[in-house]
Amino acid sequence: MKKRILALVLAVLMTAALCACGGGKSPAAQPSDTPIGSAGEKAQGGEITVGIAADLDTSLDPHVSSSSAGTREVLFNIYEGLVKPDTDGNLIPAIAEDYTVNETADTYTYTLREGVRFHNGKTVTVGDVVYSLTRAAGLETGEPLVAELGGIAAVEAKDGKTVTVTLKKPDAEFNAYMHAAIIPEGIDPAAEVVGTGPFRFVSRTPQDNIVLEKFADYWGTGAMLDKVTLKVIPDGQTMVMSLRSGAIDMTNHLTASQIADLQDLTILEGGSNIIQALYLNNDFEPFRDVRVRQALCYAIDREGVIDLANDGHGIPLASSMIPSMGKYVVPELLELYKPDPEKAKALLKEAGYEKLRFTITVPSSYPAHVDAAQVIVEQLRAAGIEAEINLVEWATWYDETYKGRQFESTVVGMDTHSLAASGCLARFQSESGKNFINFKSAKYDETYQKALATVDDTEQTALFKECETILAEEAANVYIQDSASFAVMQKDIAGYVFYPALYIMDLSTVYRVQ
Amino acid sequence: MQVVLKKTGVLLLTLLLVSGFAFLAFEIIPGDPTTMLLGSDYTPERAAALREEMGLDRNVFLRFFAWVTAFLRGDMGTSYSYAMPVREVLRGKIAVTAVLSLMSWVLVVAVSVPLGIALVRYQHKPFGLIGNSLNQVLMAIPSFFLGILLTYVFGLVLKLFTPGRFVPLEESAAGSLGYLLFPALAISLPKIAKTARLLRASILSEMKRDYVLTAYSHGSSRWMVIKNHVVRNALLPVITYLAMSLADIVASSIIVEQVFVVPGLGRLLVASISNRDYPVALCIVVMIASVVVVMNYLADILTQAVDPRVRLM
Repeated sequence: MKKRILALVLAVLMTAALCACGGGKSPAAQPSDTPIGSAGEKAQGGEITVGIAADLDTSLDPHVSSSSAGTREVLFNIYEGLVKPDTDGNLIPAIAEDYTVNETADTYTYTLREGVRFHNGKTVTVGDVVYSLTRAAGLETGEPLVAELGGIAAVEAKDGKTVTVTLKKPDAEFNAYMHAAIIPEGIDPAAEVVGTGPFRFVSRTPQDNIVLEKFADYWGTGAMLDKVTLKVIPDGQTMVMSLRSGAIDMTNHLTASQIADLQDLTILEGGSNIIQALYLNNDFEPFRDVRVRQALCYAIDREGVIDLANDGHGIPLASSMIPSMGKYVVPELLELYKPDPEKAKALLKEAGYEKLRFTITVPSSYPAHVDAAQVIVEQLRAAGIEAEINLVEWATWYDETYKGRQFESTVVGMDTHSLAASGCLARFQSESGKNFINFKSAKYDETYQKALATVDDTEQTALFKECETILAEEAANVYIQDSASFAVMQKDIAGYVFYPALYIMDLSTVYRVQ
Repeated sequence: MQVVLKKTGVLLLTLLLVSGFAFLAFEIIPGDPTTMLLGSDYTPERAAALREEMGLDRNVFLRFFAWVTAFLRGDMGTSYSYAMPVREVLRGKIAVTAVLSLMSWVLVVAVSVPLGIALVRYQHKPFGLIGNSLNQVLMAIPSFFLGILLTYVFGLVLKLFTPGRFVPLEESAAGSLGYLLFPALAISLPKIAKTARLLRASILSEMKRDYVLTAYSHGSSRWMVIKNHVVRNALLPVITYLAMSLADIVASSIIVEQVFVVPGLGRLLVASISNRDYPVALCIVVMIASVVVVMNYLADILTQAVDPRVRLM
């Protein structure tokens, strides 16, 4: 352990020395919720270049669920749904002006806002809404494009400005999925990018850039900037250099170690909105025994991981719930497993796995997860557990670990697509296609289904919390953290805000200071 | 004439083998384009339908044959990741990588030959000694790391260029070349060091030959001997090395491009492999392989021009 840490320290020192860049120990980041900038004036207009770590997906179809988080956060600026999330984690009316839900929570009625226009100049009609929702929910093909909308039974236009959505069974959380994009009737979004958002899509060059322009006819408070160029820079070191040189004006999702060199720029700290954990394949022979899984929970010290891998910037997690989803979080669960290597050893002995060995598969393209895995290996060693890291390329991880479920354990972060609790919890139902850890608990399935059918918010929240408690008590995974994410911008850029729970990069509020 | 035919035959065979191996490699590594396209929520039926649509359900040899015949007709296929013709995806990027590689190569040739000769001429002077040790250091630094150092020194400290702000060729050729000079330096410096050292060693071993003694006996000075007799002979192995190093340069430019955010083939190749975008990856692989084979051929011709005793077979 000591040797590893020493090596790490040396490596960091060497890098720092070679780059001849000093920087304080723990970078002071400003609070995230107040848009800050210099004392200057907000300037309307202008253009900026934003660095993004990965090129957008093939298809910019907003209904395709495969879109990566990086694509979704950009599409947020182009497309809107009937409702949209705001910075406080609420859903605010967007294309719909208002909505009502009946008492049994199976019929939702939306009234459209007047005069909302698409980027092609056409006004949004009920026809467009019916077309979009029918397409997203797969009502004609029988296969929903947006999995969350699978519960829709019918979408009908009641009159010129009202649309009703009927569900197959009650779902009090349904409105949270209605940020699904509204697109013009008859348009194939894979071929044509037309939405109603504050920015419109102009062009893209593969592996190079994406250009967005302000949409002048936006219904609400439009974008401050006239033009945004998103530049694809996959290498973290190069991203930092480009910020320092001024080639890019802004980027989000930097890690604690990356911002050390950027102290003279504006740094905002927010959550990554991911659930980072040592995900355990509950079907792997030793992990079938709950005592073994619990032993791992006792052996791993999440605070230690956060300190060593993230310079202390991260929120510890005890179950599958993103911390910014406030009311659903169960803080008491953090007390469930206090780091205790001896207890871990005892539990392993009891289970008959005194010499436990397993591999941790980690996608190599995510340095944050690789770093966390390295700390975890050292912590496990202290409890007499031999874990070995197996670095794989992302496509391999996706194919073998996630889809194929051929793994023993893996360190990754899971995100959510909606503001509903189900976004974090649905995957752990025994038969869910996304349940890649093979977690099986009849009690969990039952509680989860009961929660979905409960209309009363307080009662429903309590049931979801019970689901989280089951995950923690059963030690389905070893939960680590929601790591901090840093947005960094030049001193003359301000207005960037973080959103809770979702992966969003809102460019409309960003402006240049004069 | 026969030689040209023979060499062209070798070129075609090499390309066929290289693309064949690349095709097989993609077959062996896990992950396929459909999973990358469909994402997390999809039914096996949808995956199967997409595989059929993309022709991935056919036998690998049939697919390879179809790819080769289409390629020969000039149809490079459609990129899976960008849903547009490969030709379109590569447009503009080939020129950038080509300019960068050529620039680096010209730097290598222009600097390393005089440098190698100078290192022998001033072998025991401070220039030779310092030059030699500097050479050792440069040889040991990988291009991408040199790239980071150059960005830092010339970009952030001296502000001679703005790292990350590449000027497109069509916008300003001068600006573009000015920016590319720095990645070109990162690529060429280690190569210059290697080539100069090779030439130096070659000249020194040539100096031990009998004809050098004869030349001395005619009363020539050491420098005259080197200049008039030795260099020509000593250049032979260096020419082969230089020609082949162009292929090497194309390969390192792929890495260095990423450090300097140059929108060339480099990142596209890396991305197309990790996205399993075979049509794009294969096309780039075939292009690089062609450069290697053609350069080998040119090296043979050049060697013959310098040394008439060598005959192309």
